Amino acid sequence: MEVVSPRTLEEALRLRAAEPGLMPIEGGTDVMVDLNFDRRRPVGLLNLNEVPELRGWSRDDGLLRIGASLTYAQVRQRPLADTLPALAEAARTVGSPQIQNRGTLGGNLGTASPAGDSLPPLLIERADVELASVRGVRTLALERFLLGPKRNALAADELIAGIRVRPSGARQTFMKVGPRNAMVIAVVSLALAVDREREELRAAYGSAGPVPGLVTASTGERETFPELVAAAAEPIDDLRGTAAYRRHALRVLVGRALERCWA
Amino acid sequence: MRIELDVNGEQLEADVWAGESLLYVLRERLGLPGSKNACEQGECGSCSVLLDGELVCACLVLAAQAEGHEVVTVEGLAGAEGLHPVQAAFARAGAVQCGFCTPGLVVTTAHLLERNPDPSEDEIREALSGNLCRCTGYAKIFDAVKLAAGT
Amino acid sequence: MSAPPARKLQLGRVGETVQRVDAIPKVTGEFAFSSDLFAAGMLWGHTVRSPHAHARIVSIDISQAVPMPGVQAVLTHEDVPGAKHYGLEFPDQPVLAIDRVRYFGEPVALVAAEHPEQARRAASRIAVEYEPLEPIVDAERALAQEELHPNRPTSGHGYREDPRPNVVRTMVVRHGDPDAEGDVSVSGVYELGIQDQAFLGPESGLAIPDGEGGIDIYVATQWLHVDRDQVAPCLDLEPERVRIHLAGVGGAFGGREDLSMQIHGAMLALRTNRPVKIVYNRQESFVGHIHRHPARIWAEHRADRDGKLKCVRMRILLDGGAYASSSTAVTSNAASFACGPYAVENALLESTCVYTNNPPCGAMRGFGAVQTCFAGEAQMDKLAAALGVDPVELRLRNALAPGDTLPTGQKLTGSLPVAEVIRRCAAIPVPEPDGLPRDAIRLPGGSGNVTRGEGVRRGVGFAVGFKNIGYSEGFDDYTAARVRLFTDRSGGLVAEVHCAAAEVGQGVSNVLVQVARTELDIVDDVLLAPHTTATVDSAGSASASRMTWMSSGAVRLACAAVREELDRRGGSLDPGEEIDIERIYRHPRTTPLDPETGQVTGERAHVAFACAAMRVVAEVDTELGLVRVAWIGTAQDVGKALNPQAVHGQIEGGTAQGVGLALMEEIQTEDGLITNASFTDYLIPTALDMPRVVAELVEDAEPDAPYGVKGVGEPPTVVSTAAVVAALRAATGRELARVPVRPEHLAGL
Repeated sequence: MEVVSPRTLEEALRLRAAEPGLMPIEGGTDVMVDLNFDRRRPVGLLNLNEVPELRGWSRDDGLLRIGASLTYAQVRQRPLADTLPALAEAARTVGSPQIQNRGTLGGNLGTASPAGDSLPPLLIERADVELASVRGVRTLALERFLLGPKRNALAADELIAGIRVRPSGARQTFMKVGPRNAMVIAVVSLALAVDREREELRAAYGSAGPVPGLVTASTGERETFPELVAAAAEPIDDLRGTAAYRRHALRVLVGRALERCWA
Repeated sequence: MRIELDVNGEQLEADVWAGESLLYVLRERLGLPGSKNACEQGECGSCSVLLDGELVCACLVLAAQAEGHEVVTVEGLAGAEGLHPVQAAFARAGAVQCGFCTPGLVVTTAHLLERNPDPSEDEIREALSGNLCRCTGYAKIFDAVKLAAGT
Repeated sequence: MSAPPARKLQLGRVGETVQRVDAIPKVTGEFAFSSDLFAAGMLWGHTVRSPHAHARIVSIDISQAVPMPGVQAVLTHEDVPGAKHYGLEFPDQPVLAIDRVRYFGEPVALVAAEHPEQARRAASRIAVEYEPLEPIVDAERALAQEELHPNRPTSGHGYREDPRPNVVRTMVVRHGDPDAEGDVSVSGVYELGIQDQAFLGPESGLAIPDGEGGIDIYVATQWLHVDRDQVAPCLDLEPERVRIHLAGVGGAFGGREDLSMQIHGAMLALRTNRPVKIVYNRQESFVGHIHRHPARIWAEHRADRDGKLKCVRMRILLDGGAYASSSTAVTSNAASFACGPYAVENALLESTCVYTNNPPCGAMRGFGAVQTCFAGEAQMDKLAAALGVDPVELRLRNALAPGDTLPTGQKLTGSLPVAEVIRRCAAIPVPEPDGLPRDAIRLPGGSGNVTRGEGVRRGVGFAVGFKNIGYSEGFDDYTAARVRLFTDRSGGLVAEVHCAAAEVGQGVSNVLVQVARTELDIVDDVLLAPHTTATVDSAGSASASRMTWMSSGAVRLACAAVREELDRRGGSLDPGEEIDIERIYRHPRTTPLDPETGQVTGERAHVAFACAAMRVVAEVDTELGLVRVAWIGTAQDVGKALNPQAVHGQIEGGTAQGVGLALMEEIQTEDGLITNASFTDYLIPTALDMPRVVAELVEDAEPDAPYGVKGVGEPPTVVSTAAVVAALRAATGRELARVPVRPEHLAGL
């Protein structure tokens, strides 16, 4: 095993193309667990911490570009937190302060867990994923990027470079259910936006299907929306909770989130 | 592979296997076992260290990722004039029982008070929510944080 | 008349809050835990474990592992030098599996290599062929299934004969007329999942060969001498050639009573003639020690119209898992404390523990009393509701008092201030609810941000519990302490205390020092020698809330003898002169319980008792089934607080473990395989899950104990699970008969 630490995005992409077996590592909050417990032994690690193009965020004519290396702690800071409030609320629920300081949005996308906390808030803002390779850059709607539990559309020579999103300005919130009051994997989670401008309700659930799922309706469907979201989810029974509970909790969460965001 | 690390202000070198975490290298290669290994997956905070001033779990940092960055461990907190105020407060408040979580909590508390010298009980709880303690039920740890904040 | 000798040591005596003797090294990171040890030329040991809960071992092929890089030894059962089996009380567990594995994670082979990664790689090359067998995973069904231990290891030890297969022990207590009727009767079936000690410092240690065939083992344990006495026969060594030294212990809570890496590390070290370190990771730790017994409990309580208990009938079924560990004593404790700290004229209590292929269970803080307290206190609340009596008042009406007789026929001769702990706890003012709005972290669901008050209801619960202090049923228990008195270079008189009492975080080191400072106040300083088998006799186990009592008794005896000798020599020592005296302390003797009736065969089966009462305020999000424990008040019978700050620390920490069992802690299994062996899925309370604990110390001196002291570690754990769930019931109106309570149960799904 080897570790390579490119200093530019271009160098990173060349390394990635030359050896697809290199596992990209950002904050390490998922990758290191697999290494520590002998679950994965990649040929090498592609350390992206030193790639400046992946850092920070910028705004250009209403389009927000967030680097893949942005940490949850940075997501919680203003003014970004005011622009993507549900994402900021989600960031507060991620693991612990230690994890929030180290874990990144790019890593959350790469892991593509059904429980990934940043995914529902990005879905309700209809975010795109920016994928880079030596072949060029493409963007893919987040919905199309997430393929299944821990499966995404990243090609073997690509890296997640960032996220592009046009913040809707809609009132929104994020909620996460876990049996402990801190440091939990979501049993079920929900991000919800009430978009007055587009007269649209958007909800995205986590841990209630193979991938986080987006459900939309018109604002006129407020009454039936909790049921609609619960029906759209495809939860399973696992050690963290039952399918029946997850569906029930989603219904409750959607009702409360609508109340929160309606005004 | 050989890596160079800046730990507690000292430049140190170690030959490591590429998959080793910063925690393993600190403990087993550099003779700094103060950071504790209790879960190796970022769920307990026992290995909390500062990386460029940020609080992180050393078990989740690839050792090679720490090259070129400043690492501060519990061993680096005490100054020439003696214990760090957080260390003294933990000892006095009875915040230590088995002590396995203590180094991580001491680092976390020092980091908290650096940013927020007078935290409320809620702020203390949230800041410490990533550090598990199995012995104390946390009350005396909160006392220690308040004691340290007052000194 | 001569003047009394001048007291030199003014501070640090019993009864005072004294900073821990190990506090400074623990806050600086210098304190050496068992996983921090290092020796020149050290190898890393790794344990190959069974992926099956039950299987026959067809073959073990190590040939691919031996030539792997860095590998210095690969060992199997064939390499165990002496006895192939060991056990805390019954040697029913193979050092390394021979022809069968009986639980998920059972050790099968060992590797020692230069680097842990090399050891892991080599371990993955060991080919073990298994023939999976149907696992026995249901405690009730186990009583009719094939014997896991056909030789019945626990039979013939004076326990009740129970011919059913897989019985570890059955205990039946018949008291008065077990068929006595009352005016009111309530019943219920209760269940508890498997709780893990989840100490933060995983099992670890360092074994160093002495070059002469003997071995020094530095390890985190609860009882050094009993480790030695199990390790030595398996290594085929005389006990003196095995020296166990206490390394820093990262928490214990019962989980270090049984051996973990001791024999394995020693085997590898003796084979390679190099020091060998073994450190379990968290996943391995979940299979590396025993757990709290899961239980199913059928209970019926009968009372008269005034709420006086007339008869308690309880059947307790404990799942002991694959090996006996301390299950026989847990079985007996569950029955002994099944009625709670209440005077009951008639009772029929049946407690059975069975072997299964589930994770092995043994000692954990509360030791059988936790399970029955959960069931019994739920029953008391049901009774209060049926009678329309206040739950606290009902408990007071039935509170045990000195002179009363327990269901085992044992008369309460010592201290047990049940009514007082109830009154003192009930008198602690319960705070008003926090107002709204408030930050999410002060609401159920915490940082998950799920409610701003919607669906939240508040409930208040109350519970009382008790358990024994010390080992019971005729166990030959003692603690040795040795005190060496000498003059240091500056001419000062120094006492050095030797005691093998395991400092597991509970603070026994302070007890040893504080007692010596109290009893030898003529000295200039008191030093504490390392805890080891090499220089002093056994201290017994840091278990059963016994160590403060026993070790303070032993140190006090040794100090008195030293003082007497000093007086005989004229009150001073010359340079180079020393006094060195070891003394053994024993508590009042106990005798076994009658195997047929469960009644005492002498004056007492248990040494003494301690009780606690607790009131819990919980807020429940009744729609989502999430909880915030908002407030806890408790009164605990402590005898005498030797170090009040440490006593409060024990109460707060012990309470937190009961809160964990009530709300989140459970080892989950599927056909005997653990499915949540990590801190991601085995959850313990965080700083956002535990309220402050308002604790009243009730100091009612125990007449048989030094300074009137009682152990304080267990009562808060015994009572807190019951008290938390009582609050949840009050908030939701649901029965909640199983812990940990799951969100779906609170939400009524």
